[in-house]
Amino acid sequence: MNRLLTEPRLARADDLFEALVEAHRELDEAASDRLHARLVFVLANHIGDEAVVLEALAVARAAALE
Amino acid sequence: MPLSYQNPVYPYRRNADQDRSGGHHPVVIVGGGMVGLGMAVDLAWRGVASVVLDDNNTVSVGSRAICHAKRALEIYDRWGIADRLRGKGILWNLGRVFLRDRQIYDFNLQPEEGHAWPAFINLQQYYLEEYLVDAALASGLVDLRWKNEVAGIRQLPVGVELDIVTPDGAYSIACDWLIACDGAGSVVRRTLGLEFDGKIFEDRFLIADVQMKAEFPTERWFWFDPPFNPGQSALLHRQADDVFRIDLQLGADADPEVERQPERVIPRLRAMLGPDMPFELDWVSVYTFCCRRLERFRHGRVVFAGDSAHQVSPFGARGGNGGVQDVDNLGWKLALVLSGAAPESLIDSYDAERIPAADENILNSTRSTDFISPKNGASRAFRDAALELAASHAFARPLVNSGRLSRPHAYAASPLSTADRDAFVAGPAPGAPLIDAPVEAAGGDWLLHHMATGFTALVFGDVSPRDRARLAEGPVPISLCVVGEGAGSVRDAAGLIAGRYDGRAGTTYLVRPDQHVAARFRQFDVAALLEARDRAMGRVREAMA
Repeated sequence: MNRLLTEPRLARADDLFEALVEAHRELDEAASDRLHARLVFVLANHIGDEAVVLEALAVARAAALE
Repeated sequence: MPLSYQNPVYPYRRNADQDRSGGHHPVVIVGGGMVGLGMAVDLAWRGVASVVLDDNNTVSVGSRAICHAKRALEIYDRWGIADRLRGKGILWNLGRVFLRDRQIYDFNLQPEEGHAWPAFINLQQYYLEEYLVDAALASGLVDLRWKNEVAGIRQLPVGVELDIVTPDGAYSIACDWLIACDGAGSVVRRTLGLEFDGKIFEDRFLIADVQMKAEFPTERWFWFDPPFNPGQSALLHRQADDVFRIDLQLGADADPEVERQPERVIPRLRAMLGPDMPFELDWVSVYTFCCRRLERFRHGRVVFAGDSAHQVSPFGARGGNGGVQDVDNLGWKLALVLSGAAPESLIDSYDAERIPAADENILNSTRSTDFISPKNGASRAFRDAALELAASHAFARPLVNSGRLSRPHAYAASPLSTADRDAFVAGPAPGAPLIDAPVEAAGGDWLLHHMATGFTALVFGDVSPRDRARLAEGPVPISLCVVGEGAGSVRDAAGLIAGRYDGRAGTTYLVRPDQHVAARFRQFDVAALLEARDRAMGRVREAMA
């Protein structure tokens, strides 16, 4: 069974961060929300395992401060 | 009243129970709509008489349930009316989904050949009910009582007593079983004071039937955010008589009284159909939808079926089709219990099987409605994201939900099923409905036509005369359908039956009277078949672990 990998894996984290922010630069809030959602679907399909995606969702939710 | 259709008026007639007291009937059905009439026809097909009480004297007013799914058509075929639906109705398998002004994808609900019935036939509910009335009357076993309104219900220690009001006075009768098929506003349900809770959706929908000579193909078309109804959705279905069903989402703030006025409706339709399309408005209504069910469908000797038991939103055609499958499930059980062959507890399996089916229908139609009418910014963003991706990427199309169209429920956890002990790589599992397939015969034939009214053993290979005799014994015999080459066998020239059932020499399916699988085995074994039949009749109870 696949499991979510949470150890550090990205060699060019700064580049990725910048590209994500840049992709939203000209977008209003609704368009930005849709881009996030499209990206989630593309990545979820790449992962190809609903259980791993749900594990990722739980990690993301749990990391919220406050 | 629709322009394209004149509702028949069925006569009110005095009945013998009005001139006596103590009238008693095995089965009384409240509600002469598609589900109540279906219940009566199924029981009659099994030799059981019933009385149907209806507070009106005609069929459905308005087209209402128009999409009749493959499984319902197979049931109608058994009742002898499906050819009439095919003759009058609109056959379709293909759906198209549009975003704004462009098609983003299409889907075929029945991509494989070799089935007697298409994914769907569209036909106005009033025609279906006419056919059911005809079948009920032709059976000679259905006492149809129009303008007979239920005014009171009393549960007896065993049975039910009813007070009935007619144009010339009231009378009372008693019955062993009362089947409540009186719709979403069920009088029986209210009289018994039963809770009917669930989820109510705020969005309002305009539903219009329009008569026009349009060249739209016989497909289901669904639009998200179309130019003619911006920010909302639309659905188009063709029906018989050049009538089209159009659903237009209006949003949560729409005023239903204002929106149903022709001066509001016609410009909306004009925007959709174009300035030059002549059309007549046949019927119009403004709805909100809800998804809810009774906690239990059986209450003593009262059993609820159809919308009286559970209600769904219309996306997916799960209301009418679900109701027909209720009575398909209940009919044979009632017949066996009334004959004394099965214990009364068999009726409890109606709850065990049809409640999960209702929950599946509610889950699917709730998700569709949530997708079609997103309730917050996040759900709208995900919805729109799925639609945008679906235009260019096949992987996103399963995320788009314009309605998950009615499929029969497989009774996976049924207490009536015998669990598989052999391995199968294909074929319907215990609890699932049979899969139709072509049978080689002059003029063509179909496997489902070879199932008996009662239990059937579907056997690949040969069965000895001695085993045949053993299966035929007793009050509840098992009929045989042998797939093979011998005399009286069903021929599987194309190999489709063997493929669809993973059938090899000895493979045996025990088929219930509702054409769902009770058990399946790799070896033909009379003792195993008889035990599985008894379990399917509620006569074998598993020890609770």
